[in-house]
Amino acid sequence: MSSILCPEIPSPGFSFENCRRNAMLEVKGHAMPKAQKTGTTIVGIIYKDGVILGADTRATEDTTVADKNCEKIHYLAPNMYCCGAGTAADTEMTTQMVASQLELHRLYTNRVVRVATANQMLKQYLFRYQGYIGAALVLGGVDSTGPNLYCIYPHGSTDKLPYTTMGSGSLAAMAVFESRWKPDLEEAEGIKLVRDAIAAGIFNDLGSGSNVDVCVIKKGSVDYKRTYDEANIKGQKQNSYKYPRGVTDVLSTKVVDIEEVSVRVIGAPEDMEIA
Amino acid sequence: MELANDWMNAAHSTGTSIMAATFDGGVVVGADSRTTTGAYIANRVTDKLTKVTDHIYCCRSGSAADTQAIADIVGYHLEFHSMELGEEPLVEVGANVFKELCYNYRDSLSAGILVAGWDKKHGGQIYSIPIGGMCVKQSVSIGGSGSSYVYGYVDSNYKLNMTKDECVKFVITTLALAMSRDGSSGGVVRVGIITEKGVERKVVLGDELPKFFEE
Repeated sequence: MSSILCPEIPSPGFSFENCRRNAMLEVKGHAMPKAQKTGTTIVGIIYKDGVILGADTRATEDTTVADKNCEKIHYLAPNMYCCGAGTAADTEMTTQMVASQLELHRLYTNRVVRVATANQMLKQYLFRYQGYIGAALVLGGVDSTGPNLYCIYPHGSTDKLPYTTMGSGSLAAMAVFESRWKPDLEEAEGIKLVRDAIAAGIFNDLGSGSNVDVCVIKKGSVDYKRTYDEANIKGQKQNSYKYPRGVTDVLSTKVVDIEEVSVRVIGAPEDMEIA
Repeated sequence: MELANDWMNAAHSTGTSIMAATFDGGVVVGADSRTTTGAYIANRVTDKLTKVTDHIYCCRSGSAADTQAIADIVGYHLEFHSMELGEEPLVEVGANVFKELCYNYRDSLSAGILVAGWDKKHGGQIYSIPIGGMCVKQSVSIGGSGSSYVYGYVDSNYKLNMTKDECVKFVITTLALAMSRDGSSGGVVRVGIITEKGVERKVVLGDELPKFFEE
């Protein structure tokens, strides 16, 4: 029983009651609003002196391409970047929030933050929201322990791997890695492999497309190659195919006279009603 | 058409083969290495044997996100407990912390966990915590979807007070049998041998696994 003197204390923690209600409404045939989702190919590998991240640049809204050149490799810290797939808004906001927490952590500890720390922050945040934050991430960076690469799922599970892919194009990209990745690749070989994996996603997955972004992180330096490769360059036309004015033959001409009729109604203006 | 929606339903590594067996002087834990998202293998080299303390490990089955979160939280609690206690926590205590979480949050978790370890009071021990949050002590235990294929093998071949090598061989054979019949288990076999000295890890690669009757 609640009253003004003795108010009822609301139960602590998150309330997911609306999620259950929405699921019930959906079953009954109510059309739910669609979230924007990036059909995506994102990848990451560990090579000889660091990690290389890669992403395509297509953002989709259902079946339309919403952005032909968006950025999917997000900044987390000076030594760490993170590719995002899934709900675009969620990957953006999640990485921004963790980037801010990592900066405060760096200031507090006066040390280069570890990739494992970012991984733990992201997985705990995503687990708390039970998969309702649709962010699927590939986290890569270099710290005092060396190069690190993690794959983070929307429900909060993580894998630590030497090479990984995510998004709808992950199968195409993984096929490239499984056939060609090996330990201690040279930088040029690594970039080529990442480019080819993203290209496999761009060409074989409908949800992925446009350009290839690459980010090379090694000890003490980051090389963010925005639009590293344009996978689909428009072919140059050999000739101008414009028709000059007046080349179309006039076969016949017919002139129709139109009688213009205009009606103007003139009436006395009504008096304004005054109560 | 649903673009990119299948993998959104997370790495639910429901299909798994895990086991633990006590021997003379310790306990052997083992697991396959497959993590699946629907029909796709999200990770073929997963480590499902997770360290909780220096002498307590857990084998995880069920949702990857749930079991990783639980193992992290238990690890935190036991580290704090051992600082207050000034010594290594008992395996029994570790199992009870797992149970408490698995039972209290039984409606929102899908986690089947085997807790195994060594302590100086009771030696090598195994506690099985299946999905509802029950906790039972066993001398040998199997779990995950692959386990249903090998209950008979375990019942007929497990013996108390085996030597370390016998026990490791038994675990590898059991898991190889489970992995060959269960489609959602596979990859390599990971083994951990927990004794007074600590943990010794082993990996048996896919082409090194024991072979059985094949047509």
